[in-house]
Amino acid sequence: MRGYFSTGRAATCAMLAGAIIAGAPAWSPAARAATPAAPVDTVDQLRYPPLPDVRIPEPTRVVLDNGLTILFLEDHELPIVSVSARIRTGSRLEPADKVGLAELTGAVMRSGGTAAMTGDQLDDYLEGRAARIETSIGVASGTAAMSCLREDFADVLTVFGDVLRHPRFDADKLAIAKNRAIADIARQNDNPGRVADREFAKLIYGKESPYARVPSYDTINGIVRRDLADWHAAYVHPRRVILGLVGDFDTEQALQLVTRVFGNWPRGPTVDDPDVPYPTATTRGVYIVPKHDMTQAKIVIGHMGLTRRHPDYYALVILNQILSGSFGSRLFSNIRSQQGLAYDVHGGIGFGWDVPPPTHFSMSTKLDTVRAGLDSLLEEVRKVMDAAPPTEEEVDNAKTSLLNSFVFSVDAPGKVLEQLLTHAYFGYPSDWLAVFRAGIERTTAQQVRKAARAQLKPEQFVTLVVGPRDGVAPAMARDDTVTEIDIAIPDPSSP
Amino acid sequence: MAGAADAPATGVALDSFESRVTEHTLSNGWTFLLVTRPVAPVFAFMTAVNVGSAQEGAGMTGLAHMFEHMAFKGTPRIGTTDYDAEQRALEELERAYLAYQNARLRTAPDADVVRQRHDAFRRKQRAAAAFVRSNAFGNIVDRAGGVGLNAFTSADMTGYVYALPANKIELFCYLESERFLHPVFREFYKERDVVMEERRLRTESRPIGRLFEQFTAAAFTAHPYHHPVIGHASDIQSYTMTDAGKFFHTWYVPSNMVTAIVGDIHPETIIPLLETYFGRIPRGPAPPTLRTVEPPSIAEKTVTLKDPSQPFYMEGYHKPAVTHPDQEVFEAIDDILTNGRTSRFHRALVRDQQIAVSAGSYGAYPGEKYPHVWVAYAVPARGVSNQRVRDALHDELRRLTTDDVTENELAKFRRRARAALLRSLKSNMGLAMNLSHYHTLFGDWRELFHSLDRVDRVTAEDIRRVARHTFTASNRVTAQIDTVEPPRPAPATTAPVSP
Repeated sequence: MRGYFSTGRAATCAMLAGAIIAGAPAWSPAARAATPAAPVDTVDQLRYPPLPDVRIPEPTRVVLDNGLTILFLEDHELPIVSVSARIRTGSRLEPADKVGLAELTGAVMRSGGTAAMTGDQLDDYLEGRAARIETSIGVASGTAAMSCLREDFADVLTVFGDVLRHPRFDADKLAIAKNRAIADIARQNDNPGRVADREFAKLIYGKESPYARVPSYDTINGIVRRDLADWHAAYVHPRRVILGLVGDFDTEQALQLVTRVFGNWPRGPTVDDPDVPYPTATTRGVYIVPKHDMTQAKIVIGHMGLTRRHPDYYALVILNQILSGSFGSRLFSNIRSQQGLAYDVHGGIGFGWDVPPPTHFSMSTKLDTVRAGLDSLLEEVRKVMDAAPPTEEEVDNAKTSLLNSFVFSVDAPGKVLEQLLTHAYFGYPSDWLAVFRAGIERTTAQQVRKAARAQLKPEQFVTLVVGPRDGVAPAMARDDTVTEIDIAIPDPSSP
Repeated sequence: MAGAADAPATGVALDSFESRVTEHTLSNGWTFLLVTRPVAPVFAFMTAVNVGSAQEGAGMTGLAHMFEHMAFKGTPRIGTTDYDAEQRALEELERAYLAYQNARLRTAPDADVVRQRHDAFRRKQRAAAAFVRSNAFGNIVDRAGGVGLNAFTSADMTGYVYALPANKIELFCYLESERFLHPVFREFYKERDVVMEERRLRTESRPIGRLFEQFTAAAFTAHPYHHPVIGHASDIQSYTMTDAGKFFHTWYVPSNMVTAIVGDIHPETIIPLLETYFGRIPRGPAPPTLRTVEPPSIAEKTVTLKDPSQPFYMEGYHKPAVTHPDQEVFEAIDDILTNGRTSRFHRALVRDQQIAVSAGSYGAYPGEKYPHVWVAYAVPARGVSNQRVRDALHDELRRLTTDDVTENELAKFRRRARAALLRSLKSNMGLAMNLSHYHTLFGDWRELFHSLDRVDRVTAEDIRRVARHTFTASNRVTAQIDTVEPPRPAPATTAPVSP
């Protein structure tokens, strides 16, 4: 299916895409407007009844004696129960010669079975009940999740406990996971977007950085079952796990159930996590990745971003909304609708929970307009800093949009719970959703303009272009020095 | 039946949802499906228009998708600084474009004439652009707190979606009726360029995009499913505002549209608003029907793409439309072969033989309203040939024709079909999409729930019968990527690459 938008928009609005409401409606029905006899002519003539205040539902929080934290949120609409966990681990903790270990551990924790069931038995058990358990480990955290019908809750939770506590790490399943990791490496240059994201991260963080490096055939081949078991033993303990339950259960009974499954989980050793240096920007300059099977080029420009703890956070969320967060944003209107240069054009300050992702601006455009595309992206950055800073009207529109759509971040209990788990994991306050809304409300246009000038640094931009060398090179002629990046995949070392 | 006995709560929940749907058709033919789901003070909708790329003819491929983009450009009252002057400018622009196009498409074009007319066209384009307030329609939705504003086009239908806070129901009625009462095709020729970039992004610059386009073209000899939804490049660069206008008036008539609205809404208050706003749209003539039927496949077709990317194998088998009584048999086959880690493809190719890293299927390619293909694919492990995964897929398909599937596999299929439907009810947008989709395909949204009865009736014998009839060489089309070495880039260098 062809969409009007590519998926990038969702990413820029990720902060708003989630949140909740308790089982019983937390508001009274909105006052209904009287039915008009005739349609209005213009949108200005419409008058809206007030939207009732949205109460953000608060889960019941329990900490077991062994340190396991659990959040419970009842939702009785459908006979379904979901459990989600955050695990304090992440691939950034990997040693450099074992890149890929965290991801393999995350995959095989589930696929490799438990002490009580082989992986195949576990698959049969869950799929026969239309239930799911999945685990994974990303850069900064691990997750485990289950979903099942109400009548299977107790049984599936028991299995979920085994997956977290007693994974078997079956060697056959490790072989399958490694097979997939190897194929994934072989295919890592097939998709232009993936090439651009990976190489841009290497330029921003440095190619050896835990935030940019990727597995090689050699690091995958060097990982053995023992490594996975050791990783699990080091990081998966009750004090490093936050559980969230949402769905059709009674909290008292669910607590008894969780206590039965997790209450005797030993506290485990106190582990000092390896030191991961906070990322700092290193590179500038202009880079080309030659990729000859493209009829357009992918352009990315930018520099290191920020975390949500930055004092300019709210002002810059509004700035992002003005630049690219909404349908009528500047990048979308000026570069896509008016110039027709790109289908996908996005950009803004990057915000992470505990470390900064890149601030970046990107688009894909035909080879004839690579220079025009680069110039347009840079011009939009410079304009918003100086020649055409955000107007009062733009800031008002962005704030109104963010505040009016806030209800969608809390319109389902499951959404709220996922956000609360993330906030708790990264040490943000439990009322962060409300804090965020208040932060947007109080921010002024003057603060947005000042933050734009302070936090956008075009003189520090890295420029990356992925595309056919002969097609792209002429567009780069004005730049002093262009560095070509070789993305050929090194063969595995001989055994 | 079996599913209900497995999961009583599931059955109750599904029954209660079915009874919460209100159907209301306006006198002009536009059908609304309303579901009250007061979990939060919000609602979501999808408008499904019963037109897709299958309704396009030669020279016009991609026009359904292009019109979808134009439905975001506003109306005489949204998106302009002076509509009367803009309308005159747009008429002049179209005359200039048609003159340019006539010169350009001659068999022996005169380069000077083409250039002059192109310059004239560009002048008129700039003149018309002066009246545009870009993306005013989207700005209204954004400011109101709307989320998920988007649209999509498939071979079968075109869908428009977003969600709003519950107090904005009249805004929804105003915008969504206004948009199809009198769309204005401003920025049309710039938007064509945007769509060309979309084509380059999705189809031309990705190996799987290239392969799927070739596969689809090979699969259908007569039916318009053979051309790409996004359109051929030459058509995208040639269709006109006039073409888009004809397309709109032919297909965007109320009797060809259904809108499902789900959330904190109340039929007794919303129906009068629907009458007031959507009732403004004239009934219009019924759209034409599609005559061409894909003939039985009498020859296997094979596509080989030599490409500088990794191997990939896919094959399709012709099957009947989604409304055929055997549809649920195909869904059972799909579930048993490709759903999850216990599926036959996964266990054979990924787990036991370890020759593929994933294997799956698409049940409805490129659409399902008309007879189409069921597609199976496998991603070979590093160093494994397409031939090996092809043989392994064929072994599994052959097994379906010779041995009965187990009762356990059928029970799992039934239970998962129910659970999947139940989970889809958790989202206003998911439910709105499902209801409008089913109503468009079947003419009755209830099929969304009734299909479960047919799921319960699928037998092992049905599966053998359908598999024998379907999985034959002459009914097959295959496509694969054979890797060729890319030109090796020069070693990294800091030297300028400028000419």
